[in-house]
Amino acid sequence: MSMTTALRASSALALCAFASVASAQDTTITIATVNNGDMIRMQGYTDLFTEETGIGVEWVTLEENVLRQRVTTDITTNGGQFDIMTIGMYETPIWGANGWLVPLDDLSEEYDVDDILPAMRGGLSHDGTLYAAPFYGESSMVMYRTDLMEEAGMEMPKAPTWQFIEEAAAAMNDPENEVYGICLRGKPGWGEGGAFITVTANSFGARWFDEDWNAQFDQPEWKEALSFFVELMNNYGPPGYATNGFNENLSLFQQGKCGMWIDATVAASFVTNPDDSTVADSVGFALAPNAEGVEKRANWLWAWALAIPAGTQQEHAAKQFIEWATSKEYIELVAENEGWANVPPGARNSLYENPKYQEVPFAEMTLESINAADPTDPTVDPVPYVGIQFVAIPEFAGIATEVSQEFAEVYAGQQSVDEALENAQALTNDAMEAAGYR
Amino acid sequence: MARAVSTRRKIAMTTLAWIVGLVIFFPIFWTILTSFKTEAQAINNPPLFWGFDFTLENYAVVQERSDYMRYLWNSVIIAGGSTILGVLVAVPAAWSMAFVPSRRTKDILLWMLSTKMLPAVGVLYPISLIFVEFNLLDTRGGLILVLMLINLPIIVWMLYTYFREIPVDILEAARMDGAGLREEILYVLTPMAIPGIASTVLLNVILAWNEAFWTLNLTAATAAPLTAFIASYSSPEGLFYAKLSAASTMAIAPILILGWFSQKQLVRGLTFGAVK
Repeated sequence: MSMTTALRASSALALCAFASVASAQDTTITIATVNNGDMIRMQGYTDLFTEETGIGVEWVTLEENVLRQRVTTDITTNGGQFDIMTIGMYETPIWGANGWLVPLDDLSEEYDVDDILPAMRGGLSHDGTLYAAPFYGESSMVMYRTDLMEEAGMEMPKAPTWQFIEEAAAAMNDPENEVYGICLRGKPGWGEGGAFITVTANSFGARWFDEDWNAQFDQPEWKEALSFFVELMNNYGPPGYATNGFNENLSLFQQGKCGMWIDATVAASFVTNPDDSTVADSVGFALAPNAEGVEKRANWLWAWALAIPAGTQQEHAAKQFIEWATSKEYIELVAENEGWANVPPGARNSLYENPKYQEVPFAEMTLESINAADPTDPTVDPVPYVGIQFVAIPEFAGIATEVSQEFAEVYAGQQSVDEALENAQALTNDAMEAAGYR
Repeated sequence: MARAVSTRRKIAMTTLAWIVGLVIFFPIFWTILTSFKTEAQAINNPPLFWGFDFTLENYAVVQERSDYMRYLWNSVIIAGGSTILGVLVAVPAAWSMAFVPSRRTKDILLWMLSTKMLPAVGVLYPISLIFVEFNLLDTRGGLILVLMLINLPIIVWMLYTYFREIPVDILEAARMDGAGLREEILYVLTPMAIPGIASTVLLNVILAWNEAFWTLNLTAATAAPLTAFIASYSSPEGLFYAKLSAASTMAIAPILILGWFSQKQLVRGLTFGAVK
C-alpha cells in the first residue's frame, strides 16, 4: 500500500469514527436565528434550559437575508422545519395578519408581558395581539468622538439638529489624516442604506406614501433630505460611502476614522469594547438628529423577536422556550455571568429601571431613542402604514431595495438627485399599482 | 537560436502561470491568514500581512460553538452520494449518446444544458413543495437527489465529450472478437475512459461540496452540510470576519486536501481531449 493510499484510507476511517451522534431528548425544538452577539450568547446558555425542562434545542443560525428567505419559504410551503423563528419588526405584523404565527396571548403571569417596552410591543403586534416576543430591541442614535469634538471646541447637545451635525462634521473632518467628519450608510438594500435614508427623510418631514398610497418622492421634502444627505457625505464622508453598510462603518469607527456615526444603538456596546475598538474610551452618545422645525427625529425602531410558526407540532415546548429566553431571569443570568453591558437591550422596562444597568454608559440614550420612536406615527404628515424605517407591507422589501439602488447611484456620482427621485417615484408607483394598492 | 527562444518562452509562460496561480490563490490565502488574527486585526487598515499576534482563538470559538464533524459528515455523504448516483445515471446516457447517436441527440444535449441556465431560485417553490409532499426536507437523501439532478447535465456533457474521443473502431474490433455489451463496457470502454470519469467525479464532488443554494434552503438542523456551517458565521450586524475566516478555512480544508491528492488525475482528465 502506498503512502498516499494509506493516508487516504486512514482519513476516511477517522471521518467515520468522528461522525457525531445527535443527542436524544424526548422533545426537541428547532430554532432558526440570526448571527449576532446576543443570539450566539444565548446559544451558550440553552443547556440550562434543557436541564430545567428536559426540552432539547437545535439551532439553525443563518445570515439575516438568507434566514429571511429560508423562513419565508418554510412558512409559505408549510415546511414545518422550525418550531421557533427569529423574525423582525417588519415581518411580524404581516405574518401575524396572514395567520402564519401562533398568537402569544396566553403567556404566564410571571412572564409579565406588560413589562415589554410599549414601542416594541406595538411593533410586534397586529390588531393588538402580540405575535412575537422581543429578544432585543434597538433604535438608532448619534455616536461621536468626544476627543475630536473637544479639539474642535464644540459640544454635542443631547438632541442635535442636522444643521449642527453638519457643522460638527465640518469641524472634525481631516481627510489628510484619514479622519472623516461623519460616516453613514449608503449601501443599497432596504435594511441597509434604504433604512437610513428613510429615517433621514422622516426627519425632514417627508414620507413614503400619502394616505392613498401615492409615492411621495416628487415632494420637496424628499428632495431636501436626499440633497442634504448627499452634500453632507460628499463633503465630510469617507470615500466610497455608497457601498458602506453597518459593518463597514463599524470598522471605520472602531479604527478612529469617523468623527460621528449615526446607526443602530446595539453598535454602542461594540464601539465601547476595548478589545475591538481603538476609540473605546472616547465615545459619546446623542439622540438622532432632526431638521430644524421638524418634530420627527431620524431614529428607527427594530427588534429581533421570537415567534412560533402556525402548524408546529411543538407549540407548548416552543412557548416554554420563548418565555425562558425573553424573561427577566434570563437577563439576570447574563448579567451575572458576563456583566450588565452584555445583556440583550431594548426589550424590557424593568431593565432600564435597574440601577445597575443605568450605570452602563449607553443605557439611557438607548432607552430615550427607543421611546422617541413610534412605528404607528412615524412621519409628520399622516401615512396609511406602520413602520419607521420600513413600510409594513409585503411589497416594501422589493421596492425599497430598488429605490435604495437608485439613491446609491447618486452617492456614487452616477446620476443626479432629481433623476434618482424621478426614477424612484415611477418605479414605486408602478409596483404599487401592480400590487393593487392604487 | 531556436532553443534560446523556446527557453525564453518557457520562462515567460512559467512566470505567467505562477502569477495567474497566485492571483487565484490569494483570496484563499487571505482567508487562512485572517483566521489566525484577532477580530480587531482582521479589519485593520492597512491590511496586515505579518506582525500580527498569531492566535488560534477563532478556531477554538468555532469548535465550541458548532458541531463541525456533523456538518463535515453531511457534506461528505451529500457530495459523495450525489456524485456516485450521478455517474451511475450519466455513464449509460453518455455512452448511448456517444456511440449510438440518434437524430435528436444534439438537441437533447443542448436541452439538458439549457436547464442550467435557469436561476435556481426560480424553482425554489416547486422543489420545496415536492420536498414537503415527500417528507424530504432536511434529509440527506433529498439533497443527494437534488444535487445529483442539478449536476447531471454537466456530468453527462463531460462524459459525452470523453467518450467521443474514444475511436469507435476499437469497440468494433472488440465486438468482432466476440465481446458482448457487458464485456465491451467493462473491459474496453471503461479502462480507456477512466481518466475522464475520474476527473468528472472530482469536479462533481467539488461542485456538490460548494453548492450553497439548495443546501441552505432545503436543510435545517439534521442534514445541514458545511455550507450551512459557513453561513452561520456571516453577519451583517457585527464584525466577525476572523471567525468567519476560521469557519471557511475548516470548510474548504477537506476539499483542498482532496484536490492536492488527486491533482494528477484532475489535470490528466481535464486535458484528456487535447492530448489524446
